[in-house]
Amino acid sequence: MITTTGLTKVYASRGREVTALDGVDLHVREGEVYGVIGQSGAGKSSLIRCINLLERPTTGTVSVDGVDLTALAGRGPRAGKELRAARTRIGMVFQHFNLLSSRTVQDNVELPLEILGVTGRDRTRKALELLDLVGLADKAKSYPAQLSGGQKQRVGIARALAGDPKVLLSDEATSALDPETTRSILQLLRDLNQQLGLTVLLITHEMDVVKTVCDSAALMQNGRIVEAGTVSEILATPGSELARTLFPVGGEPSGADRTVVDVTFHGDAAAQPVISQLARTYNIDISILGAAMDTVAGKQIGRMRIELPGRFEENVVPIGFLREQGLQVEVAGEEPVLVKEGAK
Amino acid sequence: MTWSEMQPLLSQGCWDTLYMVGWSALIAVAVGTPLGVLLVLTDRGGLLQNTPVNKVVGFVVNVARSFPFLILLVALIPFTRMVVGTSLGAEAMVVPLSIGAIPFFARLVETAVREVDHGLVEAVQSMGGSTWTVVRKALLPQSLPSLVSGITTTIIALIGYSAMAGTVGGGGLGALAISYGYQRFESDFMIVTVALLVVLVVLVQLIGDLIVSALARRGTGRAPTRLLGRPRPRTAEAEPAAS
Repeated sequence: MITTTGLTKVYASRGREVTALDGVDLHVREGEVYGVIGQSGAGKSSLIRCINLLERPTTGTVSVDGVDLTALAGRGPRAGKELRAARTRIGMVFQHFNLLSSRTVQDNVELPLEILGVTGRDRTRKALELLDLVGLADKAKSYPAQLSGGQKQRVGIARALAGDPKVLLSDEATSALDPETTRSILQLLRDLNQQLGLTVLLITHEMDVVKTVCDSAALMQNGRIVEAGTVSEILATPGSELARTLFPVGGEPSGADRTVVDVTFHGDAAAQPVISQLARTYNIDISILGAAMDTVAGKQIGRMRIELPGRFEENVVPIGFLREQGLQVEVAGEEPVLVKEGAK
Repeated sequence: MTWSEMQPLLSQGCWDTLYMVGWSALIAVAVGTPLGVLLVLTDRGGLLQNTPVNKVVGFVVNVARSFPFLILLVALIPFTRMVVGTSLGAEAMVVPLSIGAIPFFARLVETAVREVDHGLVEAVQSMGGSTWTVVRKALLPQSLPSLVSGITTTIIALIGYSAMAGTVGGGGLGALAISYGYQRFESDFMIVTVALLVVLVVLVQLIGDLIVSALARRGTGRAPTRLLGRPRPRTAEAEPAAS
């Protein structure tokens, strides 16, 4: 649905060049919620602004729903008619909502419809429908200043949906909101994704956002995507940095001559009493250094760091047993095999 | 001088002043607004970034603004004669007054429009809006309160200028104050004309402030000022996020 190839963005300021994007290949499938996570300065904002060409990429191409936007853009700095038409089919929500304070909630939602040339009763009807969809039907005549942050973002979302877009870009949409409101906004995005088949690309610096709503995720560092894939793939990737940050398990080994093993449970395996089986079968003492259970992308996932007595060589058999149970096992200290999909 | 002698002079003077100020304010707003917007758009990082245009327009505006109004008035006499056919009277004064006020107002527009959050520009662009749409739907409506207070300032400056215009045969209250009050030592007359000018300025400022506060109040949920009637009950209040 959204594909970028070799996207670079270089800002020239006062003779110095700053590379914000350094060859980004992104692939977002139709109907999924895709999260790009990274620290500030990693290039996330530049990336999402390059998708609808609010920023012109220095090199590389962007295509959304099969349309090559970079080709539509032309050479000049101004957006031509075709690019503007394409933008009406890409919704965007912003961290600071960017609502017009001089217009009522309803008029804010009508703004994109005015641009599309929808008039009169159709425009009003559509705007009210959208407000109803985001649960703000009773606030149509209010002004943005009278709303809470979460309500403002709902208006922002309603406005972004006015052109019946297939793609919604979310630029840190929940970063200015408190945790509870964040959850309700994410739930709304999830619902819209499922009800309307909307493809959502969101950028965020909050791991929780990715954990809660994303089907796929990518980790950005220094203008590059260093890891990408579906959330379950990422969690199944040994040595994945994204998996570790998404799902940290702490705990230091209690001494030398111990083997530390990270075990990840997926789906059914999460419900099996594997650890007690292991202890009984091999008659060994197992200490649990850290453990966590969570729901990621709607699936139960557990991660546990355990410690077995003796060196790795002495524990080959028990570790093999764990692997046989269909668990993902990583032994600390061993060089993990990196599988990085879509990374560059 | 008796009141019956003063009265027709004063009403004519008032009318002339209002005529000069009204028309020139109208022209200043009509020409100054696009000029001010142009200054913002063509600036570095603007939507229509164009350094040569920006520099030229900025320079013209600066030059026009640094002219003392009296000099501008005299310098423009041939031009005024060409446009209006005469350089005397209220009608003729509209020309130099407008030309003096345009760059003044353009700078005020520039400052007001520059204040608009860039995020709003981005939002309109992301909806597929053109630069013209950005100006029409975001930049101007969002800066409307500042624009209105700019108009107020401009009108008041014009009232001052129009009094000056009296010295070169422009008519209006300023001319009366000078020819009757100053040159004929009619202190009563002087006091009345000055008082009228003061009333005019205070009135304009008051109306301007009322409009600005009415515009700025939109959306803050505060009750309207009592000056305009009974306070309305608050209909929609901020409340915690739904769901």
